[in-house]
Amino acid sequence: MSAANGSAGGDPVAGRGSWLIRGARPLGAGPADIAIRDGLVTAIGPGLAAEAGAGAQVIDAGGLIALPGLVDLHTHLREPGREDAETVETGTMAAALGGFTAVHAMANTDPVADTAGVVEQIWRLGRQAGYCDVQPVGAVTTGLGGKQLAELGAMASSPARVRVFSDDGRCVSDAVLMRRALEYVKAFDGVIAQHAQEPRLTDGAQMNEGEVSGRLGLAGWPAVAEEAVIARDSLLAAHVGSVLHICHVSTAGSVEIIRWAKSKGWQVTAEVTPHHLLLTDELVAGYDPVYKVNPPLRTAADAAALRQALADGTIDCVATDHAPHPLEDKETEWAAAAFGMTGLETALRVVQEAMVETGLLDWAGVADRMSARPAAIGRLAGHGQPLAAGSAASLVLYDPAARAVVDPATHASRSRNTPFAGMALPGRVVATFLRGRPTVLDGKLA
Amino acid sequence: MNRHLISAADLTREDALRVLDTADELARISDRPIKKLPTLRGRTVVNLFFEDSTRTRISFEAAAKRLSADVINFSAKGSSVGKGESLKDTALTLEAMGADAVVIRHSASGAPHRLAEWVRGSVINAGDGAHEHPTQALLDAFTIRRRFGRSSGGEPGAAAGGKPGGGLDGLRVTIVGDILHSRVARSNVLLLHRLGAEVLLVAPPTLLPVAVDAWPCSIGYDLDAALPKSDVVMMLRIQQERMNAAYFPSVREYSRRYGLDAARMAQLPERAIVMHPGPMNRGIEIAAGVADSPRSTVVEQVANGVSVRMAVLYLLLGGAEAGQ
Repeated sequence: MSAANGSAGGDPVAGRGSWLIRGARPLGAGPADIAIRDGLVTAIGPGLAAEAGAGAQVIDAGGLIALPGLVDLHTHLREPGREDAETVETGTMAAALGGFTAVHAMANTDPVADTAGVVEQIWRLGRQAGYCDVQPVGAVTTGLGGKQLAELGAMASSPARVRVFSDDGRCVSDAVLMRRALEYVKAFDGVIAQHAQEPRLTDGAQMNEGEVSGRLGLAGWPAVAEEAVIARDSLLAAHVGSVLHICHVSTAGSVEIIRWAKSKGWQVTAEVTPHHLLLTDELVAGYDPVYKVNPPLRTAADAAALRQALADGTIDCVATDHAPHPLEDKETEWAAAAFGMTGLETALRVVQEAMVETGLLDWAGVADRMSARPAAIGRLAGHGQPLAAGSAASLVLYDPAARAVVDPATHASRSRNTPFAGMALPGRVVATFLRGRPTVLDGKLA
Repeated sequence: MNRHLISAADLTREDALRVLDTADELARISDRPIKKLPTLRGRTVVNLFFEDSTRTRISFEAAAKRLSADVINFSAKGSSVGKGESLKDTALTLEAMGADAVVIRHSASGAPHRLAEWVRGSVINAGDGAHEHPTQALLDAFTIRRRFGRSSGGEPGAAAGGKPGGGLDGLRVTIVGDILHSRVARSNVLLLHRLGAEVLLVAPPTLLPVAVDAWPCSIGYDLDAALPKSDVVMMLRIQQERMNAAYFPSVREYSRRYGLDAARMAQLPERAIVMHPGPMNRGIEIAAGVADSPRSTVVEQVANGVSVRMAVLYLLLGGAEAGQ
């Protein structure tokens, strides 16, 4: 790829420049040019050199797939509080390198994002970083304590315009509190994103409960602890006529319950992580905590059911649950290690491996599951728009023919806890545009 | 043999028989007035104990000293993350001291696997969480072999060309109690199966892992039904705190349903033996009269532990070459 400066290029910082992307394959279809000006896509079609104007910077995108900018519903940016693991700046750099133009920052920071002040701070940090849009998620309960509703309305009315609320990392396990939260957010078109984990069934849990946990002598995290909460909350959402989103669905049984809830016409959506699509609990056998995550890696049968559910739309979208941790929190015995894996920089590649290479999704399907649907669930205006004239010029150029071993040392994330390290994965994010401004060019931060 | 002994699954049948035959030979040393061999002179064995276990620690200590190794006892109790030095830093310290073998006891399953990535010496698992305790399984196999007359007999040179001992083929071993949390049970199922025994686990269903049917053994809930068909019955220690987590209603009920008392012992075949890895809860999982009966091997198990651990250290540290 080459990026040549035109003679009359505009201001690249404000996204006022003109770009001509030549020969890309929008959603994997036949080659077309994409003209960008003033932050918008002005035209898509063959031979747009004239349309773009003489001042346009030109990118030769032959062979590259163009997708709308990816949207992550589930990112842990760790700031404020754990800047040793990640900051808004490094996390959004990682996001841009992964093809994302917007991420939802989860609320389990320190202090918790449970007030208008904290969500606004995170929102402003994201604007300063500039690599992608940062949409804060608000906590459902004060301090993630599960006792008292946080000021959901104040967060919704703040400049951060919070619409997604979650205690992620913890389950809103109290049924009455969950019911009230679901009801309350109807006033401002909010959604409750539930981390479905029955706490008593998972006390001290270390990994998926099954044949492997029995053999390894690690306390089990049974599938029923997730499924029971999803069933209860689907019924609650139906009862109060509200909107429920299920975070990181990990079991075949959860898929069945969500399929049933959707068949009733209830407003239930769901996400799956890249790692649950590709990895299984057999990886725990060496006790390397890089595979320790919550919910845990499940069985091959679960992974197959999740892939199928993402393909048929039962699961609406992919969300990374990017959870950076410093080395010392993973270089320990299994029980002492932190839960979580990074994911932003590998998500699209893993989805290609798990969904596209297997024939389960085409690229239009990937765009739907990684951009349009998460943007719709997150109520994010300006993202997830179709690649068409008039849309915001937020898009990613991706080389599906590339293949390389994942090397965490090259990642922009401040943390290195990727379970895909050493694994050969297809694909390479070549360029990312955020409203007409490149955040990544030639695979590097622009 | 592998460089480390972390799981009983690390041992082939041949490896296990070699350990047992070597232990037969070394056991004779323990009967001598001077119980010492020069085999591991100049080698350093570190006992790294993150959990209290006087019994296992002194057993390894005695084994290493009888082979003339230098022994360092490193009691790192409470030094898990957040309370002091990390496992990795401890490992690097031991590495700097030139440990040839590290014997590790840790409350976290898998801690020996992690340690083995950070030290060059051999790692011997002396019990990790609810995972495994392979030398306990070896000493149990050794004890069973002796009681059923299948040992190599301990003639001079038995391990190195004399008549080797046999496996446990056809023997029926019933393990009773808290299988879910027991590292002793996991290692014994793997090892005894590999040596040809038929293993039966008997426990309340709450104290069996969910997918235990995948293990190379059979499962039962009824101790009375199992006893007449058992050549060996191995009672596991029950922790009273399990009652608080609703694994069973009360210690008395547990004892009535799964404890081995004199009446139940009478149901055993005549030659059957009763084992317990210790420490025992007398009157709970095993009645005092049973523990002290001629069928009980509890005290032998302790003595045999030293011989078996000598054999493991000898074989892992290349004592076979050094001693020739």
